[in-house]
Amino acid sequence: MSDILLEIKNLKVHFPIRSKQFFGGSTTYVKAVDGVSFYIEKGETLGLVGESGSGKTTVGRSILRAIEPTEGQVTFNVDGQTVDLSQLQGKELRAFRKHMQLIFQDPYSSLNPRMTVRDIIAEPLVAIKLAKGKEVDERVRETAALCKLNLEYLRRFPHAFSGGQRQRIGIARALISRPQFIICYESVSALDVSIQAEVLNLLMDLQAELGLTYLFIAHDLSVVAHISKRVAVMYLGQFVELAPTKQLFSAPKHPYTEALMSAIPEVNPDVEMVPVHLKGEIPSPVNPPSGCRFHTRCPYVEDVCRTEMPEWREIAEGHFAACHFVDSLQLKGTVTADSIGVVN
Amino acid sequence: MDIGTEQIDWDTLLEVQDLKVSFKTDEGIILAVNGISFSVQRGQTLGIVGESGSGKSVSTKAIMQLLPRTAVVDKNSSITWHRENGETVEITQLKKGGREMRRIRGGEIGMIFQEPMSSFSPVHTIGNQIIEAVLAHRQVSKQEAREIAIDMLDKVGISNPSVRVDQYSFELSGGMRQRAMIAVTLSMNPSLLIADEPTTSLDVTIQAQILELMNQLREEFNMAVIFITHNLGVIAQVADEVAVMYLGQILERGTAKEIINQPQHPYTQSLLKAIPRLDHLGKRLTAIGGDIPSPLERPGGCPFHTRCEQAISGVCDTQIPTLTPISNTHTVHCFLYE
Repeated sequence: MSDILLEIKNLKVHFPIRSKQFFGGSTTYVKAVDGVSFYIEKGETLGLVGESGSGKTTVGRSILRAIEPTEGQVTFNVDGQTVDLSQLQGKELRAFRKHMQLIFQDPYSSLNPRMTVRDIIAEPLVAIKLAKGKEVDERVRETAALCKLNLEYLRRFPHAFSGGQRQRIGIARALISRPQFIICYESVSALDVSIQAEVLNLLMDLQAELGLTYLFIAHDLSVVAHISKRVAVMYLGQFVELAPTKQLFSAPKHPYTEALMSAIPEVNPDVEMVPVHLKGEIPSPVNPPSGCRFHTRCPYVEDVCRTEMPEWREIAEGHFAACHFVDSLQLKGTVTADSIGVVN
Repeated sequence: MDIGTEQIDWDTLLEVQDLKVSFKTDEGIILAVNGISFSVQRGQTLGIVGESGSGKSVSTKAIMQLLPRTAVVDKNSSITWHRENGETVEITQLKKGGREMRRIRGGEIGMIFQEPMSSFSPVHTIGNQIIEAVLAHRQVSKQEAREIAIDMLDKVGISNPSVRVDQYSFELSGGMRQRAMIAVTLSMNPSLLIADEPTTSLDVTIQAQILELMNQLREEFNMAVIFITHNLGVIAQVADEVAVMYLGQILERGTAKEIINQPQHPYTQSLLKAIPRLDHLGKRLTAIGGDIPSPLERPGGCPFHTRCEQAISGVCDTQIPTLTPISNTHTVHCFLYE
């Protein structure tokens, strides 16, 4: 196993909601993330998928400390040092932010229309005070070139650019502080199909060149499968399965993963989609179901699922799942093991 | 539309001939749809694939006469609607707000939009919105309309329809809202349903349910569907026929199998190579170079020549390719095949 860059232990994020009564109402919590543990190796891409409301966004944001986690540890191994992110405060935290950056979803709303491209890309340097004067310009040009932006465009404003170019500006902004870890949050979802491929290729090239580590959060499973070395599946604030991409798509071990995979519309008119039917809707994270959180919708539910929470354990090397019947269920993947290529 | 002789035994429901739509803006005239022709048969699903700016939504809005005032539909365009009783109506000749157009819009051609949240009024209950639509198009009493509403909600798979009927749109989840939208549209019993990116903002599991539901209902009511999307996976799963649009023109048209298994136009071919596919994991994607041209700088000749790797200089950038048949059901606009 190669070096671990980031380790998350028992991460919990609970948002309080006040009750409607003016006095004396009790506070309840939305358990957006409820006990998530995983690690990310240096230079790999970990994909994170789940339906809306599963908490994947909150996981990303709380790693960056854009949201304060309620509980849990986030340790970051950088330059031979181990830093507990949840303990950093004020100046230390601010200085540490150069190591981790975010690429946003919507390239239209994430760039300030009143700033030039140069200023947008330079902003992290200025904000964290990493460079001054001429050095800023040099770094901007260097990073822009890395992201295949035309250097003549640096003095223009974002409105002059197309979606794909804007997303490259967003990537350049994320890269300028020379981070080790980048969260790509739905970074290609808002782009047209023909542009999406270009941005995905750029992200993969940059990773190879700079040794970046990505947490790739998206709802499009084919995109996630394409870019990720390992993929984690989230449901209602918890991880249900995490495995190397190929293994997850060919031999899922959790019924929810199976259902999710079966719903991917295949680009092949000869293969008919047979989605696994899930009963009802994703339950509210205020009152998550007892036992296994998926039991209300699981087609394989048994009595034990309603009362006991399944253990999150490693069932094969690097393959984690939380289900009582990991060993007995025969689940179908979307692809057979040999039709699927080797990732990266 | 002359793409062959085999389709005569199907009933043609809608025929669009040489549709041209332009918009007057401060920066000049934008030609959003540039002479497209297609037809829809009873009980069939026509998929329209295209990226932003391809004119896929504009052309369907032209059918419904829902375009804004700044839009100009060319005089030579024709949109012919064939009623069940044999009557034919020329939609472009109808007044936008006239009685006949109102009868078609909603009543005979239903439409589902992408954003299920903004399609509903937040201050009226779901039930009232269905009842309003039903009363406008069908001769029934208010009580009967309410029963139709509950029945439709049940049909689209909303649990507890008699309770849901009195709820507001914000009380429903995204998937349920889209189902309710389908219920509103279907309660008028349209012969053609236009679905404009109906599943784009939904999760895959919900998307799969909605697609299945639409297929079921299509069979039950023998409805024709125009399905607009940019997702080739969805197209492969729902469409009988596919039209590939780019910058206001249809570049290729054929059955779903032909388009996906034997794409002919370089644009269709590159689109299929540009999407990550589960059966080709690990292969590098082939990106299409360049960007989609701005509608103000529409290239001359074939609209795709600026990004096409097989473009023939002196030909593709000056002349517009004509329609070339590949098979009875498959046609392409490209000089490579002329």
